[in-house]
Amino acid sequence: MTQTQRSKRFELLAKRDINKETYVEPWPEAGLIVADSPYDPQPSLSITAGTVVEMDGVAQADFDALDRFIVSHALDLAVADEAMAIPSQEYARMLADINVPREAIARLIAGCTPAKLTDIMRHLNVLEMMMGLTKMRIRRQPANQAHVTNWREHPALLAADAAEAALRGFAEVETTVRVARFAPLNALAILVGAQTGRGGVLTQCSVEEALGLRLAMKGLTSYAETLSVYGTERTFVDGDDTPWSKAFLASAYASRGVKIRFTSGTGSEALMGRAEKKSMLYLEARCLLVVKGAGSQGVQNGSISCIALPEALPGGVRAVLAENLLAAMLGLEVAAGNDALASHSSIRKTAKLMLQFIPGADFIFSGYSAIPKRDNLFGGGNFDAEDFDDYNTLQRDMQIDGGVQPISEDEALNIRQMAARAIQAVYRELDLPPITDEEVEAATVAHSSDDMPERDIVPDLEAADAFMASDRDFVAVIQALQVSGFADVADNILEMGRQRIAADYLQPSAIFDADFKVRSAINDANDYTGPGSGYRPAGQRWAAMQGIPQAKSPEGFVQPHSGAPLSRLVEIGPASKGLQKEVLLAVGPAFGRGLTTTIGGLAHEDVLKAILSGIAGEGMIARILRVYHSSDCAAIGYVGARLSGSGIGIGLQSRGTAVIHQKDLAPLNNLELFPQSPSLTLATYEAIGRNAARYALGLATVPVAVKIDNGARLRLIVKTALLHRRETDEVDPDKRPQALRFDWEPDL
Amino acid sequence: MSDYPLREKAADALLTHSGRPLCEVSGEALAAGKLRGADLRVHADTLRQQAGIASDGGYPQLAANLLRAAELTNVPNEEMLKIYESLRPERASYDELQRLADYLERNYSAKENAAFIREAAAVYRERNLLRR
Repeated sequence: MTQTQRSKRFELLAKRDINKETYVEPWPEAGLIVADSPYDPQPSLSITAGTVVEMDGVAQADFDALDRFIVSHALDLAVADEAMAIPSQEYARMLADINVPREAIARLIAGCTPAKLTDIMRHLNVLEMMMGLTKMRIRRQPANQAHVTNWREHPALLAADAAEAALRGFAEVETTVRVARFAPLNALAILVGAQTGRGGVLTQCSVEEALGLRLAMKGLTSYAETLSVYGTERTFVDGDDTPWSKAFLASAYASRGVKIRFTSGTGSEALMGRAEKKSMLYLEARCLLVVKGAGSQGVQNGSISCIALPEALPGGVRAVLAENLLAAMLGLEVAAGNDALASHSSIRKTAKLMLQFIPGADFIFSGYSAIPKRDNLFGGGNFDAEDFDDYNTLQRDMQIDGGVQPISEDEALNIRQMAARAIQAVYRELDLPPITDEEVEAATVAHSSDDMPERDIVPDLEAADAFMASDRDFVAVIQALQVSGFADVADNILEMGRQRIAADYLQPSAIFDADFKVRSAINDANDYTGPGSGYRPAGQRWAAMQGIPQAKSPEGFVQPHSGAPLSRLVEIGPASKGLQKEVLLAVGPAFGRGLTTTIGGLAHEDVLKAILSGIAGEGMIARILRVYHSSDCAAIGYVGARLSGSGIGIGLQSRGTAVIHQKDLAPLNNLELFPQSPSLTLATYEAIGRNAARYALGLATVPVAVKIDNGARLRLIVKTALLHRRETDEVDPDKRPQALRFDWEPDL
Repeated sequence: MSDYPLREKAADALLTHSGRPLCEVSGEALAAGKLRGADLRVHADTLRQQAGIASDGGYPQLAANLLRAAELTNVPNEEMLKIYESLRPERASYDELQRLADYLERNYSAKENAAFIREAAAVYRERNLLRR
């Protein structure tokens, strides 16, 4: 084909969002392959006298640091021989089989090598993986995590957004920094904000490892998740850690009563140029065994910040689900990704989300951007604050608990203002640079940083340094809240302190529920074993998910169409068969009585006048009758046609739908049908009258042109159904059609 | 496992890191300036109890982590940060890691951590991850 011609369709397709993406063909040698690299090892394991002497084709002497860590800390050697002997396909079938419980699979998976884990995934399609994730997820009830940042790093806005996120139901709120020195103040703002929104929301500030630990020691954060691990030794070292240093960090956090999860995810090794020709999924399996061996209760994976790389490759989205599933199989809490920008296309990003949303994950997002994209300092915002209503609707559509719930505008404004005032009070009591009332008010109503006044960051940074250097910690924060009238927020932060002492939330997949009670894989273990088991939203939770503020009561749809009955339209007795040339206009049972305007808002009286004017304009006589035995448009029109002296009738429902009928046609046939009543104008109704008259006169007639609006049904189907129901309420099956007198003469 | 969550089922027996009963961690005490950071920290025994719960629940690696954590509750913040730094790649010599392990074992009875660091030292030596 020569390129002198361009297809208009291909030209249009080229401009679609999906074609803003980058796609690349696989290149195993560079690690640009999501799964099944020809260089991936075959699964194998040899144990001699309790020591692993060979794993996945590598002899003990050649083990790298990761292999050594995995064999000494991750693999359950007691079950390994049994586990490795079972064919990979058999595991795949167990994962998809509701009759095999989670515990039975988990026991065996504990003895599987990285190559074995990868090989199992080879046999599963995404639907089977979703079944697997539904069953293997360790906590019964799914939850969600929010990202709260803003490019101004404004404390009042951080607090307000954290409070709103908490109220919306996010179980964890994560912030980070643009300028690293801001870390203590950002952590403080979301701590105060989140505990204002709902007591028990876990908060963290993603920063360099040592700084993160300092924040936790000060009680400014209650969890940490950016303990990154990598699937090759060189990448690990480039990340400035080893499995042992990361594991020590995990213990250090736990020693201060702080929850942690590690971070891994496909693509990082290829991005850092050290994939060693291995597939992304195989390297992720190695990561996950390091995570498990280090004693982390969980992991955030699902490619995270590298997501666009697997999505550029064939099978990338499937591989990301596979890594989520592998983590769950290993007994790890999974924060499943969906955070960084993965696609320009709404269709593609939503389709990808469904792979975690439908089966449910411990955290469906490892950061739903509860702020607009441009305020997201994680490079995130695949779903953001502007998608809140979409996301709530997805939950409502599928009866799937996505971990959040709708809130009203008033609730949002109240909680945002309270949080902004609370952080204002804390700043005042701790001698931090003042937050003005103007800043509080701006944060209350703000959507983004753009809505906030300028703030001098130099004194803020100096205050952050001083706070970090001092021995002040969250005890001072609680005292500040106590003396400034925020007793509830103070109590919530104090209770977070008591929970550190109890350490229940160090158990796998722990969150705090709406009653500030811990919920983890210990006391809320996933018990899915097929239909009728496991978690599904019901009762109050399902009611909260349904209750979007946009939902209206059914009465509200009909009420605007019910006015005073038409005084000029009077029943004068049973309708008889006409003997003259005429058009008979048959209206529905509620016309001009229970209902007085059409769905398009036209007064019934005006519609009558328009049709009658059209009929009279062709010199034809009209009669009107009301049908009682049916509310169906065709049936109403058919009665009109059969009783009409000319055999031509018009049927008109109260909502405005019209038909021109002829007595010799089958009841459901017609001469002209006008189903899109919202599009009909008075001019259309007049044209309908005119055409009916011309059919009665036997004249050649051009059908009435009607605007096609395919969106009308989408917008108005609920109202259509309810107006029709109102009309049907007036049906009396035994009552004959009644003749009507309309006290009006056309102006000719 | 029957005691889990401890906050609800065994609150009376919980002690803070400083040895005070949990019930003394009240808003009034805090407002009166009677609580310090150490009164809001976890006690080693609680972490050991949680390790038992994790182990019973089928999470042996988490249990091992919590046992190491229990040993670290008495290690001061700054010292903890230094140990972490030493374990990062190419920071310490083999002998320095050995001495660190001995120190933790001697001063904090941190047997698990000591073993863990000795294991790291051996691997670091073989994999060229010691200071050059």
